[in-house]
Amino acid sequence: MNDVSRVTTTERVSDCELMVMRRFKAPARIVFQAWTRPELMMRWWAPESFGITFISCEMDVRTGGNYRFVFGHPASDQPVAFFGRYVEVVANARLVWTNEEAENGAVTTVMFAEKDGQTEVVLREVYPSKEALDAAIESGSISGYDAQFAHLDDLLVTLAQSAEK
Amino acid sequence: MVQYVKPSFDVAFGALSDPTRRGVLEQLGRADASITELAERFHMTLTGMKKHVGVLEQAGLVKTEKVGRVRTCKLGPRRLDDEMQWIDRYREMWTARFDEMDKVIEVLKAKEKGDE
Repeated sequence: MNDVSRVTTTERVSDCELMVMRRFKAPARIVFQAWTRPELMMRWWAPESFGITFISCEMDVRTGGNYRFVFGHPASDQPVAFFGRYVEVVANARLVWTNEEAENGAVTTVMFAEKDGQTEVVLREVYPSKEALDAAIESGSISGYDAQFAHLDDLLVTLAQSAEK
Repeated sequence: MVQYVKPSFDVAFGALSDPTRRGVLEQLGRADASITELAERFHMTLTGMKKHVGVLEQAGLVKTEKVGRVRTCKLGPRRLDDEMQWIDRYREMWTARFDEMDKVIEVLKAKEKGDE
């Protein structure tokens, strides 16, 4: 079924900024919960198709609070952490956090707008400079996730090949 | 993982920041055109269109060829593939997440209803 309301749109809206949009069939207070409760976050932030495991999820969702997500990959002993700080938290309306695992990381803003019982989520990732976003794109990595783990996949292929010789 | 050749995204995005230039690319995607034709189509002076085409040419998005007295414009060797591919994968990532999130939301909604 082609459900128009469940279409995700993404766009590079300016030199330094990416935007993601999606509508959810639920009031903002419910959608907001999914973004702010660790046990719920763990159920959707790293879907199975990513091929990674959500090891731990710490979120102190209040202005100035920190978060730390740790992921594992079947091929690695070393977990990978993603972390940052909540710059702004407005219940059911707005979340702003930093992404500090990499240099020149983006600041992510998520806005929740409820209308007729549905919630439009607009996420913006603003990089500190055009160069930073260009570099992110040129690296081929998506939000750092697949890159970090893709490196592992590459490494595994290399290892497997050298083992065959 | 696919390693992208290092294209100059700055130049390409600069070139694309202008609606007329995006229009020109769309137009050239359908058919080659002379600068005069493009100027007419976008209601613009010849000089103005030459400037736009120059920017697109520099970014490798358009190439021009002078045959006799007519300069013909066509799509250049550099396509938007890299940028588009990246944005597509970025969208895929979020789509995968949001599809999972729908399930979480359904559970929460059912729970809320049950509590009433």
